[in-house]
This record gives sequence, C-alpha cells and structure tokens, in this order.
Amino acid sequence: MNRPKTMTRSRFAEGAVEWLIRASAFSAIVGLFLIFIFIGKEALPILTSPDVRKEANISKLFLPQDQAHPYSWQPVSEIPKYSILPLFVGTLKMTLVAVLFAIPLALGAALFTSEFSPGWLKEFIKPIIELLAGIPSVVLGFFALMVMASYVQELFGIVYRLNAINAGIALGLAVIPIVYTVADDALTSVPKSYREASMAMGASPWQTAWRVVFPAALPGILAACVLGFGRAIGETMIVLMASGNAAIMSWNLAKPARSLSATIAAELGEVVVGSAHYHVLFFIGISLFIFTFVLNMFAHWFVARLQKKVLGTI
Amino acid sequence: MTGQKGLQIEELSIRADGRDLLRSVSLEVRPGEILGIIGPAGSGKTTLLRCLNRLADLDEGLRISGRVFLNGASILGRDADVVGIRRKIGLVFPVPTPLPLSIFDNLAFGPRIGGITAVEELRRMMESSLKSAYLWEEVNDRLNEPAANLSGGQQQRLCLARTLMLEPEILLLDEPCSGLDPISTAQIEEALKVLRKDMAIVLVTNNVKQASRVADKTAFLLLGELVEFAPTRELFTTPRDKRTEDYITGRFG
Ligand SMILES: Nc1ncnc2c1ncn2[C@@H]1O[C@H](COP(=O)(O)OP(=O)(O)OP(=O)(O)O)[C@@H](O)[C@H]1O
Ligand SMILES: [Mg+2]
Repeated sequence: MNRPKTMTRSRFAEGAVEWLIRASAFSAIVGLFLIFIFIGKEALPILTSPDVRKEANISKLFLPQDQAHPYSWQPVSEIPKYSILPLFVGTLKMTLVAVLFAIPLALGAALFTSEFSPGWLKEFIKPIIELLAGIPSVVLGFFALMVMASYVQELFGIVYRLNAINAGIALGLAVIPIVYTVADDALTSVPKSYREASMAMGASPWQTAWRVVFPAALPGILAACVLGFGRAIGETMIVLMASGNAAIMSWNLAKPARSLSATIAAELGEVVVGSAHYHVLFFIGISLFIFTFVLNMFAHWFVARLQKKVLGTI
Repeated sequence: MTGQKGLQIEELSIRADGRDLLRSVSLEVRPGEILGIIGPAGSGKTTLLRCLNRLADLDEGLRISGRVFLNGASILGRDADVVGIRRKIGLVFPVPTPLPLSIFDNLAFGPRIGGITAVEELRRMMESSLKSAYLWEEVNDRLNEPAANLSGGQQQRLCLARTLMLEPEILLLDEPCSGLDPISTAQIEEALKVLRKDMAIVLVTNNVKQASRVADKTAFLLLGELVEFAPTRELFTTPRDKRTEDYITGRFG
C-alpha cells in the first residue's frame, strides 16, 4: 500500500534534481550574458558618446593616424593616442609562437603516452605534464623574465632581451598541459577495437596510430587545440612579465610586444573612470570576448561537422 | 619444416597468471577445409585465434609455448614476420569492427597498408571481396558513406570482405554470427562454403548447429583442453568422449 507513496516521492525528488541541474546550467549562461552586458556597456561610448568619440573612435582605434607614427598606443601622453592595432598584432604574434611551440609538443606527447609508451612510463609522464598546469602563471612569467629570457636571447641572437619569442614560449608552457590533457583523453577513449582491427590487417603500431587512432580522435584533438589557443590569447600575467610590453606595430618576433590582455591588466588600475582611455580599455575587453566567443562557436560547429563525417549520421 | 600446406598447430599451450588458457592443443586445417571450433564460454577459443594471427602479442602477460606452422614455416618465433603473418592469416572479430571511415576506405585499408593505392585495382578487389561476402548488391552504390551507417549484419559482412581484401591464406572467424539474424547468418555461411575453395577457414562458433552445418572437421575445446577433434560427421554422430556428447546434445553443465 505504501508503494504509490514512494513512487510519488521519488518522482518528486527526480523532478527537483532535474530542475536543479537545469538551473545551474542556466545560471552559467546568465552569468556569461551579464558579463557581456557589463563590458559592452562600458565599451559602448566609443560608438555613442560625442565627448569620448572626439578622443577615441573606431577610426582612431584602427586606422593609421599621422605620417611619422601611424599606429601608436600612448594613452597617457599629452595628446593621447589610442591605436589598438599594435596590441592586436602583439597578441596574435605571441599567441602564434605559443601555439606553434606548444601544440606539436603536446600532441606528440599525448600520442606517445596513449599509443607507444609502456604503462609505467605513462604513469610517470602524465602527472608531470599535468603538474605544469598547476604552476601559477605569475611564477611562469617570473621564470620567463628572470631566467629563460637570457637563454632565448642567446639562442636566437636577439637584440632585445624581452621579446615575442620569449613571451610566446613561456605562454606555450602554460598551453602544453591543457592541450596534452584533452588530447590524451581523446586518444585513449578511441575504442580498443579500432586498434585491434587495424593491427589485425597488418598495420604497424605507427600506421595504426596515424591512420586510425589519430583521425578517430580528431574532434577531441581539435577541441584541445582550440582550448589551448583560447588560453594563449587570454593569458595575461605571463605576457605582461615576459614580453617587454612595447606596443610596436611589427610582425617581427624578435621585437618586444604588448598584448591586449596585458594592456588591460596594466592600465585599468590607474585609469580615470569615465575617461576615453577607460572606455577604450573596455572596448579591448569586449573585442577579446567576442573574438574568443566566435572562435569557440566556429570550432564547435567544425568539430560537430567532423564528428558526423567521421562517425556517420548516427 | 613439415612442408605441408595450411595451418598446423602442435602442442600449443598458453598460460596467464599461472592459469592454463590452452593446454597442449594440436589441430590442423588445410586449404579447402573449414575447421569448426566449439566449446562453452571461457574455453579459450578466442585466445587460440588471437594467438594464431599474433594479435595475442598485444595482450600482456601471456606465455605461449608449442609450435604453429603456416605452410610449413613457424609463425610463433620472435623473429617471425608478424605483419606478413597477420595479412596471410586474417581474423574477423565476434562483433563488427568497422573503422570510423567510409565503406571504401575500410575495404581499402589493408591493401593500402600493403602498398596498393591504385583506385582501379582497389575497386576490382573490392568488387570481388564484396561479392564473396554477399554484400555487393547492398553497398555497391554507397561506397563513400560512413561504414557506421550500415546495419550490424551488413557491418559484419563488411568486416569479412575487408579481411578478404588481404587475400589471406587462412581465414579465422571468431563467432562471426553471434549478433546476427538468421538471414545474415545464412549469408555468411554461404559465403564461407564458397570461400573454402581458396583458403583454409577456422570458424569458432557458439552455435553447435552451425559447426555441424558448415565445418568439415570440428574440434571441441573445454576449459583449455582439446577434448575431441574429428571429422564433423563423426564427431556429431559418434562422439568418443562423454563430455562431447553432453555438449553437442545440450545436456552440459
Ligand atoms: N590476456 C589474458 N590474461 C589473462 N587471462 C586471459 C587473457 N585472455 C583471456 N583470458 C582468460 O582465458 C579464458 C578463455 O578466454 P577466451 O576469450 O579465449 O574464451 P572463449 O572460448 O573465446 O569464450 P567465449 O565463448 O565467451 O568467447 C577466460 O577465462 C579468460 O578470462
Ligand atoms: Mg570468444
């Protein structure tokens, strides 16, 4: 006789749990949306307020200004200059170095530990790489500034001690564990039956890894790369400490560079609230936000397409 | 060197964790024959097949002793050409194992590994393999679709065709019909009866009737021990061992 009662009670509990899960998922979206609104609101005067637009508007931010110095970021000089292109260039070139350095290393390590290394070696390597993720970025930045910079300078024969290569490599150290962990997960979750079917047809371990396991894990591996890219683009402390922070409009990797994120970190603390400079910093923030958001959406779409192509329509 | 065609297994024993998975098993199969292997779960059938095409190399902790000859040449030695052996002794798994590729790429996988890349030649091989596996009619116009889109029975026949692409001398099948409906099962059995002309076939099956239908000779494995090995008709009509009789009449356990 008490069966119906427990039924309703468990159904009620189920409903409550479902509601809770839905609420927590929803709150994440609401949080993201509110952040976007807040940053966007502070960036908006660049487009709307006449006072701000006199000092800083889209054309001043992106187009070349005077002949001698077409792109300068000098927000606190007598006549402030707010060209943010050098910051974009700085961010992109350091991110590029980081990604080119970190992704091949991380993927190579993941392929090695998932396909070729004996079990005990994987148990040794994996925790060490994952430990790298636990190092605070300020420590990595300090290391890059005090120790690594001299070696990098000597190795590449660079004039400036702090430069985009140095910062990029330090950034890469922060990217490696992310890419490695996600890629290793993707590779190890490829079903054993794929490997055995491939080997049973006479493929070597290398051929199996390259022709079967890697393509099967490709969606996860791309997701790993996107995560790594996002981390590199948003990382602040390492580039602030290791890049020299000069806003130079140049793709030369041997020169110092200044990133978007480091600019916000360095300047937002001292800027006059409501000034043109203040709004430009928020504009930089919203640009970063939109850029990573679009990148993620695109990657998501691409990965889903790839998954469908690899695994079929079911 | 025994100089004989086909596969000779002599006193093959496999141990793991101090347990015998196979105990001194001796079997033989020649081109033109189907060897059926029956036995209850855990009797070592899969272990035997995986050992024969050296896939057991992937399992850690197996200790293998005894001799296995393919056309008179030993295949168990450390210095044997493992890749060559796996291509000459093809293995079909109990569950379909299509790779996450198109039907075409699944079939072309083996030949491409072996260096055959010309599309014309691949297509020609594909047509004959798919026809042998009774799958040609169903897939010849959808070779570029993902293999995962096929039904389970079609996938299993695809895996058979994929193994045939290697043009093996020995074909090992591990319960190839375990998840299939009677029609797919009948198609695979038909295929085997024809394929027998070109190769030696070892068919492991849970289904005693299947062995009696298609096998020329049958071996009964029980907990790693080869209880009886005889021509199929003989084994099913006049079993010499009481345990064989109990098993084939379903009175086991
Ligand atoms: N690598 C291994 N290490 C230890 N034991 C193993 C290993 N591989 C198989 N075994 C054991 O060997 C025994 C035989 O297994 P096997 O898979 O060969 O049986 P089978 O006859 O194919 O059974 P089924 O009909 O259920 O497929 C089982 O008890 C299994 O646990
Ligand atoms: Mg088995």
